[in-house]
Amino acid sequence: MSGEILLVGLAGVLASAGPIVFAAVGEAITERAGITNLSMNGLILLSAMGSFAATLATGSIALGILAGAAIGAAVSAIVALSSITLKQSQVAVGFILAMLCRDLSYFLGNPIMGQPGPRLVQAPLPYLKDIPIAGPLLFRQDLMTYMSYLLVILAWLYMNKTRPGLVLRGLGERPAAAYARGADVHRLRYLYTIAGGALAGIAGPMYSLSIKAGWKGTITGLDGMGWIALAITIFGGWSPIKIAFGAWFFALLQWLGIVLQPAMPSVPSQVLQVAPFPLMILTLLFVNMGNAEWVESMLARLPEKPRRALAKFLRAVNVKPPAALGTPFEKD
Amino acid sequence: MSESRPIKALFQVGAVVLALGITVLVLLATGAPPFAALGSIAKGAVGNLNVASDVVVAWVPLLLVTAGLLATFTVGLWNIGIEGQITLGAIFATWALRSFEGGAVSPGLALVLAFAAGAAGGAVWAMLVGALKTFGGVNEIFGGLGLNYVATALNIWLIFGPWKRPGVASMSGTVPFDKAYWLPTVSEQSRLAPAAVAVAIAGIALIFALVQGTYFGLRLKAVGKNPKAAYLLGIPTWQYMIVSFAICGALAGLAGAIQVSAVYHRLIPSISSGYGYLGLMVAMLVNYSAALAAPVALFFAALNVGSIQLPIIHKLDSSLSGVLQGTLVLFVILGDGLRKRLMGKGRSGS
Amino acid sequence: MRIELRDIHKSFGPVHANAGITLDVPPSSVLGILGENGAGKSTLMKILSGFQSMDSGKILLDGREAAIRSPADAIRAGIGMLHQDPLDFPPLRLVDDILLGSPGSLKPDRKRTAREFRELAERFAFDLDPDSYVDALTVGERQQLEILRLLWLGAKALILDEPTTGISLPQKEKLFATIKKLSSEGVTVLFVSHKLEDVEALCDRAVVLRQGELVGSATPPFDAAALIGMMFGKELHQAARKRSEPGEPVLSAKGLCLDSIRLQIKGLELSVCAGETIGLAGMEGSGQALLLASCAGLERAVAGKVCIEDRDMTGRSHHDFKRRGVAYLPAARLEEALVPGLSLSEHFILAEGEKGLFIDRGAAAERARSRISTFNIKGRPESPVESLSGGNQQRALLALLRDDLSLILVEHPTRGLDIESTAYVWSKLKERCAKGAAIVFISSDLDEILQYSDRVLVFFAGQVSPPLDAEGLSSTELGRLIGGKGWERFGPGASGASASKAKSEAPHE
Repeated sequence: MSGEILLVGLAGVLASAGPIVFAAVGEAITERAGITNLSMNGLILLSAMGSFAATLATGSIALGILAGAAIGAAVSAIVALSSITLKQSQVAVGFILAMLCRDLSYFLGNPIMGQPGPRLVQAPLPYLKDIPIAGPLLFRQDLMTYMSYLLVILAWLYMNKTRPGLVLRGLGERPAAAYARGADVHRLRYLYTIAGGALAGIAGPMYSLSIKAGWKGTITGLDGMGWIALAITIFGGWSPIKIAFGAWFFALLQWLGIVLQPAMPSVPSQVLQVAPFPLMILTLLFVNMGNAEWVESMLARLPEKPRRALAKFLRAVNVKPPAALGTPFEKD
Repeated sequence: MSESRPIKALFQVGAVVLALGITVLVLLATGAPPFAALGSIAKGAVGNLNVASDVVVAWVPLLLVTAGLLATFTVGLWNIGIEGQITLGAIFATWALRSFEGGAVSPGLALVLAFAAGAAGGAVWAMLVGALKTFGGVNEIFGGLGLNYVATALNIWLIFGPWKRPGVASMSGTVPFDKAYWLPTVSEQSRLAPAAVAVAIAGIALIFALVQGTYFGLRLKAVGKNPKAAYLLGIPTWQYMIVSFAICGALAGLAGAIQVSAVYHRLIPSISSGYGYLGLMVAMLVNYSAALAAPVALFFAALNVGSIQLPIIHKLDSSLSGVLQGTLVLFVILGDGLRKRLMGKGRSGS
Repeated sequence: MRIELRDIHKSFGPVHANAGITLDVPPSSVLGILGENGAGKSTLMKILSGFQSMDSGKILLDGREAAIRSPADAIRAGIGMLHQDPLDFPPLRLVDDILLGSPGSLKPDRKRTAREFRELAERFAFDLDPDSYVDALTVGERQQLEILRLLWLGAKALILDEPTTGISLPQKEKLFATIKKLSSEGVTVLFVSHKLEDVEALCDRAVVLRQGELVGSATPPFDAAALIGMMFGKELHQAARKRSEPGEPVLSAKGLCLDSIRLQIKGLELSVCAGETIGLAGMEGSGQALLLASCAGLERAVAGKVCIEDRDMTGRSHHDFKRRGVAYLPAARLEEALVPGLSLSEHFILAEGEKGLFIDRGAAAERARSRISTFNIKGRPESPVESLSGGNQQRALLALLRDDLSLILVEHPTRGLDIESTAYVWSKLKERCAKGAAIVFISSDLDEILQYSDRVLVFFAGQVSPPLDAEGLSSTELGRLIGGKGWERFGPGASGASASKAKSEAPHE
C-alpha cells in the first residue's frame, strides 16, 4: 500500500477514535471522582440518535452536538442521583441505564432511521495540513476530531496542573482526606459525574454526524463502543493521554480488521470486526495482574532482589484504580 | 419501619405507575397512540393461542437464565458474561447434534447428550470468568463482557467457517438438523416443546431448592453477605464463587441448547438473543428471589413477544418492550433507595 | 491561640462519649490529653477539629465563640489536626498533597510551593523532598508532611492524635523538638497520647479523661502513679482467682517475627498450655491483634514457627488451623464474625459444617432453641443476627464454638458489654478452660486482664514483654507497662526492641 493511502487510512483511524476519546476521557473524570458510570454504552447510543434527530429538526450541527452532550448529562445525572444520594449499587443502575437507553435510542430513533442528514465537513488546517506526514495524518480532519485532540490536552492539564484538578484526584483516592481539606465530596461527585457524562454524550454525535452519518438503528455499528470506552478508561490508567493512545490503538485494530480482510478470505468479516473487542478487554488481564491476591502473596515469598525487580515491573505495567472508586462516602 | 410490607408495596406500585407513565410519554414523543400501542402489546402476547405459545417459548430460556443468575447474585457476583455462556451452550449442543446426526445413537439420546454438552459448555465458559477474576484480578463485569465478544466471534466463525452451509455461507446459520433431531413440539407449527418447559421449570425449582433448602445454598448466601465472616465460619470462599459460576453457566448453556434444538433447529448468529441481559434485569427486579422469578420472567417474555407486532401495526420499533422493562427495573431500584432514605432517617446513628 | 471548651457533650446512642467537658488551653502551651481506649479523647478532638458535631457546648478561640461545623471551618479558624493515620493521598507527590484543598489561584505555583515547603522543612530539620511520592514515606515522615502542610496553611493550633505510634526514636525526638519549637513560636499544641513518658517529656500541663469525663489535671513534675490512677480508676478488689492446672502445650510460637504497616514484632517466644488463659494487654495497635491473627493462621509470619499441639502449622491456612481445633473470634462482631441478614438458626447450621444436601430445618430450629436457652441469648432462632444486642451477639458467637476446641483466640471478648454479660462470657470461657482448652485474649480493660489471665503479655509499640504472672502483677504496674514505663527491667527478655526503627531506616524502594 502506498504511503499516501496509508496516511489517509491512519488519519481515518484517528477520526474514528474520536468518539472513544471523548467517552473514555469523560468516564475517567467521573471515575477519578469515585463514581463508576456503567451506562456508557446506552448513553452513547441515545446521544447519537438524539443529536441526529436534533440536527435534522433544526438543521444545525452545533445544536445537535449540544443535544448529545445534554443527553449524556441527563443520563449521568440519574446515575449520580442513584449512587450518591440514594446510595444504590452503581453497577446495577449503570447496567440498567445501559440497557434502557439503548432500547430508547432504537425506539425513538425508528422514525428517522435511514434518513440522510448533514455531516461534519473536513476542515484541513491551513499551513499545518502541509507538514509532511503529520499534516495528512493529524490536520486534515473535521472540527470534532480536532476537539478530541484538544480534549486530551485540556483534560490532562486540568487533572495535573490545576488546583481543582488536584481535588478531583483526591476525591476518588481518599474522599475522607478530601473532606478534611474542605471539599464538598457529594456535590463535587455530582458535578464530575454529570460533566463526564456530558463529554461522553459528545461521542454520540461525533459518530452520527460524522463518522457514520445518520442513524441506522441496530446496524449502526455503534453498539459496544461504550463498553470499550469503559475498558479503555481502565487500560489507560485513568490518565487522558494514555487513554487517547488506548483509543487510537483500538481504532487501529478495527481498521486492520478491515484492511487485512482480503488477505484472510477464510475468516468471516464479522469475526474480524468483533475481534478488537475481546482483545482490548483481555488486555485488562495484563494490566490488572499485579492487583490479584495470589500475585501479592507470591511476591511476598520471593527473596529480596527478584521481588524488587518484579515489583518495579508490575508497578510500571500495572494500573491502580482510584482507591475509593465505587464506594459511597459517609461523613462519619 | 422502613422494612414494613405495606410501605415497600407502596413504593413498588409507585415504581410501576411511573414506569408506565414514562413509557406513555415516550410513545407520545414518537407521535404514536400510547394506549393503542400498549394494547397491541397485550394482544400480541395473549391475543391468540399462537402468540401465547410463543410467549412460553420465549419464557423458557429467560427463566433458565434468571435461575442461573440467582446463583451468582447470591454470592454477590455480577455475571454479565451470561450472554456468552448461552452462546457457548448453543455451540456445544450444535456440535453434539451434528456429531450424532445420522449415527447409531437414537435421536432421543442424542438430544439428551446435546443438552448435557450445552450445560457443560456454558459451565466451562462461566468458570473461565471466575478464573479470570480469582487468579487474574479481572473484574467479572469486564471479563464477562470480553468473553461475550469472544463467544460471538467464535459463533460467527463457526457459522461462516467450518460449519457453513454448502455453497455460500449465510446469516441464517448452519444447516438445519434433520427433523428427527428436533425437540418434539406441541404441534407441527408451534415451537413450543414441553420438554423445554419442563427443563426450565426444573431449573428454577432446582435453584429455589438449592438456595433456600440446602447447606450449599446457605453457605453461598453467607459468602455473598459477608465473605470475611463466611471464611471464619469455615467456608472456602473462592471455591464457592467458582462453583456458583459453574451452576449459572450450566443453566445458561441449557438455555442455549434449547434454543438450538427446539426453536431454531440450527445455530444462528444471534443465538443468545439478549436473553442474558434480560435475565439480569429480571433478577434485579425480583430482588433475587427465586419465588418471583417465574412470573416476572413470564411477564417480560410476554412484553417481548407482544412487541413483535408493533412495527407492523403501528410502525413502531419493537424495542418498546425494552423501554418498558428498563424503566420498570430502574424505578423499582430508585424507589427502593428513596424509601430507605425517607423512612430510614429515624434510626439513630452509631 | 487560646482555646476554651465549655461543657462539651456528645453521645452516640446510649454511649455518652463526652460528658460535659470544660477545658482551658492557654496560647503557646503544650497540653497533654491522657486516657485509655474509649475515654473520649478522640471524640473531643474530632469535635474541635470539625470532624464531629457536638451535641451541646461552646468553643471559644481567643475569647470569641467559634462555629466549627466542618474540617474546612476548623482550618479557616486556624486549627489543624494530625490524625493517627494521616489523611494524605498516597499516589500524589508531596507538593501536590500540600496543594490539594489549599486556597489560591487556578494554576498552583508548584515551584514556589516547593520552595516554601523546603524552607519550612529546613526550619524543623525534616528531611522531605517535595518531589517524592507520599506512598514512599514512612509513617513518621507522613506525619512530618502533614504538620508542615498545616503550618503552611497557617494553623495556630495543632492537635496531634497519638503521633508517636509507629515512628522511630530519631523521628520521635525530631517531633518533640518540633513541638517545642512551635510552642515557643506561638502555636498551641494539644497532644493526645497514652504514653506517659511522652507526655511527661513534652507537656506544660496534662489532663486526664476517663469514661467521657475530665477527671483531673496535672502539671510538671508529673506524678506517674497519680496519672495512672486517674486514667484507670481505683484498684478494684479482684474476685478470687482460680488457679488453673496447666496441661500439655497447645500453642507454641518460636522466634516469631510479624510485620505490619506500622510495626514489627521480632523474636517472640510464647508457649501456652491446655487450661491456661493468656491476656494480651496494651493500647490498641501495639501488636496484639497481629499476634492473635498469626496464631489463627490469618496472618503470615515473616519468620519463625507457630505450632499447635506439636504440629508445625506455620504458613497453613486458617481452615487448617480450624481443623486442628483453633477458633478465632474477632472484635468487630457484625462486620467480621457474623453474617448480617442470616438468622441465629442459620448461623448454627453453618457452624456445624454438616455434610448432606438438604437442611433439616426442624432439627436446626431445635438445636438453635437449645443453644439459645443454654447461652441465655435474648433472641429467637429466626431472629436476624443484626437485631441482637452486642451482648447477645457475643453470646451467639460463643454458642457457635465447637465443643472440642483446644485453642480459643478472642479479640476483646467483652467490648461494649454490660457487667452481667461480661461475667457470663467469662464464665463460659472458663468452662472451656476447665475442659482443657487454652484461651488467648486481647483486652484494653486492665481489670479484665488481671482477673482472668494466668499470664499476661504486655505490648508497647511492637515490644512484647515476656509472659508475666498475673497473680503478682498489680494494676498500677500493668498501667505503667502499657504506658511505656518500666520496660528496662526486661532487658533482653523483651522481644522486638524499637519496632519501627528497622522499618524507617530501611532503604527506600
